[in-house]
Formats: sequence, structure tokens, C-alpha cells
Amino acid sequence: MTAPATAHPPSTPSRHQLDFRVNGVSHSLQVESWVTLLDLLRERLDLTGTKKGCDQGQCGACTVLVDGKRINSCLTLAVMQQGREITTVEGLATGDALHPLQEAFIAHDAFQCGYCTPGQLCSAAGLINEGHARTEADVRELMSGNVCRCGAYPQIVQAVGEVLGVPRAGEGEGESRRRIVIGTVPA
Amino acid sequence: MTPFTYGVPEDDAAAVADIADASGTGAAEGTIKFIAGGTNLLDLMKENVLRPMRLIDVSRLPLDRIEDTPAGGLRLGALARNADTAYHPAVRERYPLLSSALLAGASPQLRNMATNGGNLLQRTRCVYFYDTGVPCNKREPGSGCPAIGGLSRQHAILGTSEHCIATHPSDMCVALAALDAVVHVRSTAGERAIPFADFHRLPGERPQDDTTLGAQELITHIELPDAARFAGHSAYIKLRDRASYAFALVSVAAALDLADDGTVRDVRVALGGVAHKPWRMPTAESMLIGSRPDAEAFARVADALLRDAQGQGDNDFKIPLARRAIVRALEVAAAGTVTNDGDNRPTTPTPGAPL
Repeated sequence: MTAPATAHPPSTPSRHQLDFRVNGVSHSLQVESWVTLLDLLRERLDLTGTKKGCDQGQCGACTVLVDGKRINSCLTLAVMQQGREITTVEGLATGDALHPLQEAFIAHDAFQCGYCTPGQLCSAAGLINEGHARTEADVRELMSGNVCRCGAYPQIVQAVGEVLGVPRAGEGEGESRRRIVIGTVPA
Repeated sequence: MTPFTYGVPEDDAAAVADIADASGTGAAEGTIKFIAGGTNLLDLMKENVLRPMRLIDVSRLPLDRIEDTPAGGLRLGALARNADTAYHPAVRERYPLLSSALLAGASPQLRNMATNGGNLLQRTRCVYFYDTGVPCNKREPGSGCPAIGGLSRQHAILGTSEHCIATHPSDMCVALAALDAVVHVRSTAGERAIPFADFHRLPGERPQDDTTLGAQELITHIELPDAARFAGHSAYIKLRDRASYAFALVSVAAALDLADDGTVRDVRVALGGVAHKPWRMPTAESMLIGSRPDAEAFARVADALLRDAQGQGDNDFKIPLARRAIVRALEVAAAGTVTNDGDNRPTTPTPGAPL
């Protein structure tokens, strides 16, 4: 059985001018309307640090920052990024100096296979920009859009929490006073 | 994805003119679509569930503001992002129920992308709807419903039809139903306002229609009436297979307005994960008015809400789960407000209230 026969390919190729910046570098491209930002980054710009995990917005491996906000690059069209500033994992370090999150991931052994790591790092950078995480429980909840099949979650939470300067679980005053209500989320 | 054309209108008048023009060229209904956040539309296009021939990008139209209304309510722009809405000071302070429902949904990345209008229009996550290799009355009217008698763990217990047992997946919409929101839309034919209870449909004979929105209509904003009396006693409880980032098996938006003597002056209860639309029953709510806010009274409301509930086998557990969740959500609301923003202390404790 096939999907409803309600759509037809357009009679003319749908190519669009796209001017945007990726990791501080300006690009001016002609892009087909149906290319996702993720595919453009990987296939046209050779920035393969951003990973294609599920391609459905369920795993977070494709997380990048658009004007400082974290998004799933698999679920947005490249042509929708006109004028935007994109930051991928390749853009986090400054020259040879790693981003503090990258240093913390190494120090805390916050990965095993590493496939989810670029998305985890960009997501954590977005989390810091948002400024809503005050405890490790907040970090855990607000990093829930990034799946790690190796199960490095405790180390990821420690690494991100260290960079954010949030108290370790059980150490913080706010943490111990927290009233957990089943069925609600702590962030 | 199947190739499609793409356009960026200058304003909302141009957007609705574009969809009217494109539809006038003989395109089948629903094959010209607006795209905003894209988080559900592009997913469905990759799965071949939807194959639009034209996308009209409305994501940059200036319909993203959150503003006070003269009537003391709040106007949420259709293109405001879910994250910006959830963390907006006016929403957090005056509509904590909406803020907590938004923060219980999706992931931070998706909330940064998804818009308020798009949240209302997201499609069911029924696995049969998503699988183009099997029949589905919602995707292909008249082809059948394999969910009935199939894998129905996520499916509806209320308001189903013999054609469809899908659930609406939104958390935000459960809170909007409880808050009596009004959806404002426009097309080349003009503007109209749709009360929230009339926006989403039950499947009935036409499960392909999730909502009463016309194919050429654009949501411009969502209006919230004043709800200050509920702000101190509200809770959104969401029960799911993971602690976070999963769709609801059952969710409950509960809000109470308590009189000085502690009795219930007004109440709202809406359920998610149990029907084709957010589920409310005003007659069940009115049973509570004038009562003490205690577990026995809450249980009577739950029984009334679930009187017609019918399991499908795999999802029979949802009936007792919903019953307990309704009682718990009302108990939590009676005790104060849970904001889901990391500060879960009751804001206005009520003497003698449960918890």
C-alpha cells in the first residue's frame, strides 16, 4: 500500500538562494527546498561532526545551535536558515583551545562510542545559553533530548553540571529542599 | 522527501493569498501547507505519510508576540516558540498550568523549534498512521484501522469510533482546553475565532480530520482568558513510559479556585493521552463546586469523567491509571502549584489541603 497519491513533483526544480554563516564562515549556496539543514551540513559543507542518528528528532545526535539556540538539524529545512548563524560541534573550540564542555567531557569520561557526543556538546552549549538549569536534576531533565546508547548519562550530567557550576546531587541546598511530585518534571 | 516548491511570504495576508492561489490551481486539498517549526511536518514527509507539493514558510511572520489583552487575558502569537512561551514571565506567573504542560512536552531542542500554532496541529503518533505499509483511516480514508485489535497500548479510551482510536499527542493542548483558550485564524475569506473545545474533533466518520481548521486557514494567535483565580492551584501531571521525552499514556491538567473557607469555587480538569482531542467534561467539573477539595470528592469527578471509558485490550490499564491521575492532579493542585520549571514548591499552600 502506498501513501495517498495527492502530491506531484513540482514542474520546475525548486532551488533557492541561501546565505548564512556556519561556525563564523559565510556561505552563499543554491539549495533544493527539500534538503534538511543536517544533510546540507554533512553533504555540501563536509561538516560531518554533526551526526545523523534517527533523522526523526528522537535522538538529538544532530543538535546544532541556530543563533545560539539548540535545535534538531534533521527537522528543519536548509532554505529556512537564510541569514542565520549556525554553530556545529566543529565551531565550539577556539583554535586549539577546546570549549570548557569538551574539556569537561574528557575529564569526566562522558562518552564511550562518541556518536552522540557532538549533539550532547551542542545541546549542553544551548542549555548554558538558556540559563534555566540550577541543579543536576534540571540538567538531567533539560538534556533529555539527547540519547546516549552507551549509557554515559551520569558522566554527561557531571560534566555539564561542572561547567554550569550547579551543585552535585545531594550537596545543594535547593536540591535537598526540592519537593518531587510524581508525574511532573523537575525543570 | 518528495520534491516540493517553497515560498516565503512577506506577511500573513500574503501567506493566506499564496495558499488560496496555489489551491486554486487544482491542487488537491491539503497538498499546500504552511511550515513553521517543521518538527512534525518534516518528520511525516520523510515517512511519506504527507507529500505536500508546496510549502509556505510562515516561520518569520511577526505573529510571535505574547501580549496582554484588554480583558485581562493573554494573547499567544501562533508563531511564538513553545520554549519562549513556556518561559515567558506572564505565562509562568499567570498561567503556570500552561507553562508546566509545555515543559512536560517534547525536548528542549524541539520546544525551541515548535510553534504554538503548530503544536495545535500536530498529528497522532499512532504507529499505524505512521506506517504507509498498512491501512489507516486517518491517512487513507476507508482503508481500515489496524489499531483496533492491534497494538493499542497508546490509544484512546474515550470518544473513539469504529474507524479510529488514535489519541492527540499534545501536552500544551490539554492545558489550553482547561484554560478555555480561543484559537484565532484567518484566510482570504476573513478572520474567525474558534473556542478550544470546538477546535479538535472526535474521529467519528471522518478520522482524517483532526481539527475544524480549514485547509486554507492560518492560525494567527491563541487567546487565553483571565485565569488569575487558578494560578495558585494548578498542576499538570503526565504519566509516561520514560521519566522525560515521551508522549503521555495519561496526562491531567487540573486547576482549582478555592474560596476563603477552603471550598471549591471553580475547577477545571482536562485529560491528555486518552482521546482524539483533549478531554473535558464540564458536568463532571461542576460536581465539585461548593465541595471540600478532598480525595473523595476528586474520586467522584474522576468516576464521572471516565464513566464511558472503554479499553481496547492493550490499553485497559489507562482507565484505572487515569482515575488515579485525576485524583492526584487535583490533590496536587489543592496543595499549591507545580510549575515544572525547577521550583516545585507550592506557591500558595492551603491549610488542611492534602499533601
